[in-house]
Amino acid sequence: MTTSALRTIAARGRAHRGRGMLRRTLLVLALPILLIGLWWFGSANSTNYLNPPLATIVSEFWPTWFGGDSLGQSRFVQDVIPSFLRIVAGYAIALVIGIAVGVLIGASKRLRSTLEPVIEFFRSIPPPVLVPIFMLFMGIGDGMKIAVIALGCVWPILLNTVEGVRGLDPVLRDTARSYRFTPVGTLRRLILPGASPHIVTGARQALSIGIILMVISEMFAAQDGLGFSIVQFQRSFAIPQMWGGVILLGVLGVAFALVFRVVSGAILKWYYGYLHTQRGGA
Amino acid sequence: MSESSQSQPATLVVRGLGKTYSGRGEPVEAIQRLDFTVNAGELVCIVGPSGAGKTTLLRCLAGLLAPTVGDVTLSGTVITEPPAGLAVVLQEYGRSLFPWLTVAENIELPLQEKRVPAGRRKQLVQDAIEAVSLQGDEDKYPWQLSGGMQQRVAIARAVAYEPQVLLMDEPFAAVDAQTRFELEDLVRMLWERLGVTVVFVTHDIDEAIYLGQRVLVLSGRPTVLLEDVRVDLGVQRNQLNTRADAEFARLRTHVYELIQAAKRGARSVEEARLTH
Repeated sequence: MTTSALRTIAARGRAHRGRGMLRRTLLVLALPILLIGLWWFGSANSTNYLNPPLATIVSEFWPTWFGGDSLGQSRFVQDVIPSFLRIVAGYAIALVIGIAVGVLIGASKRLRSTLEPVIEFFRSIPPPVLVPIFMLFMGIGDGMKIAVIALGCVWPILLNTVEGVRGLDPVLRDTARSYRFTPVGTLRRLILPGASPHIVTGARQALSIGIILMVISEMFAAQDGLGFSIVQFQRSFAIPQMWGGVILLGVLGVAFALVFRVVSGAILKWYYGYLHTQRGGA
Repeated sequence: MSESSQSQPATLVVRGLGKTYSGRGEPVEAIQRLDFTVNAGELVCIVGPSGAGKTTLLRCLAGLLAPTVGDVTLSGTVITEPPAGLAVVLQEYGRSLFPWLTVAENIELPLQEKRVPAGRRKQLVQDAIEAVSLQGDEDKYPWQLSGGMQQRVAIARAVAYEPQVLLMDEPFAAVDAQTRFELEDLVRMLWERLGVTVVFVTHDIDEAIYLGQRVLVLSGRPTVLLEDVRVDLGVQRNQLNTRADAEFARLRTHVYELIQAAKRGARSVEEARLTH
């Protein structure tokens, strides 16, 4: 084969890779663009009061959330930030408790057989049911909302951590033992990294539960928050503003998922490579 | 290396050791009774038919498993938990390395737990990597390496720990034959250089004779010691000449016959009725 022929093939390969990137980006964006387009043009001439044109929703969006005398007075700061802080606090509490208790239960067979029925009972209660009960005991403040979020998020984290700790390779445990790892060292250098793939799976499930509970707890009884705003708009028949709230909620969820992916990708970088080789990939 | 050096440091003494597993169902007697001494600085191989409780014995030596009767002492102290100054290389090299750590981090981790200062740690890791010829692979993950290379990492980790006693449980059972020869020479080289006491468990008769100064031949289950075979093949050994030596062939035949007899159920040299 001549050099020029090789060069042509190489150039073709580069062009192919370039097209591949473009194609992937298009594939990712195609459906959202299509859906937005359908909504935009489908609702353009809508006179239905409950289904206003998307153009109206968009034009109302900025004044609704960022309008006001100052940014501090805007709904974004008054309602979205409190919601954000609640879910972060509740989620963080669930992470700490779920991982800590999960490690304890995962490490002890006796603890597991004692607690398993109780855990099964509590985790089968749909968390939104807890909102009215928690309201009775804790009022309608931030404490109640954070507690509801934490209690809903804790189960997937806890149960997955238990699985991860149980599934640790006994050969690794023997290795840690024979090198006389301290209990703290065993936790930090063996149990937590070893269980991290499972913990991340639980944390991912918990995140979507957390968003649901954040909104629901604010819909029941609140003075502020994203869920509260959406209900308030609905009751005052501010329909475009209500739709805007729902869109904002979706955007918030996507943002959380993106941050989660970046963080978990950094934690589990080794795991993806490891899985790849275990499956016989090059 | 005198015979009566029981009080020397790093001497491993096994006295009346027996292990019976009593889980669900019938109790299983894995080891009936074993008595032997591994002197400081010695390289002793343990062979036996499959199922002879070799791994059980090694786990008792390592302090990972408590014997049912008898005891193991290291430098005069009874082993009840993994003792300081003892390192183990397991058969399942792929599973004994931490997959979330690189090669260098795997070697360094036990040193961090041992609270070795950072500067000394780096030096030990570097030396160990050079000793097992892993230069250039420090920053790879274990699962990016071949089986033989992974076992080198496990050996480097044990060497960097600066143990007085190195226990190896069929470390080369799962690597290919050529890599195996290299790793055998690596073990001999490290043993000579570091002066550690080495106990090497294997099911491979040739490997046991090639490596060991003594070969302990075990019976089948429940295990007793069949014979403590001296290997007079000198200190300088190499794969070509040592394996072609007449003495090597004689020992090989001898141990082979013992193992065959053990498989038939022989529990002493007399019962084995050797033809050679």
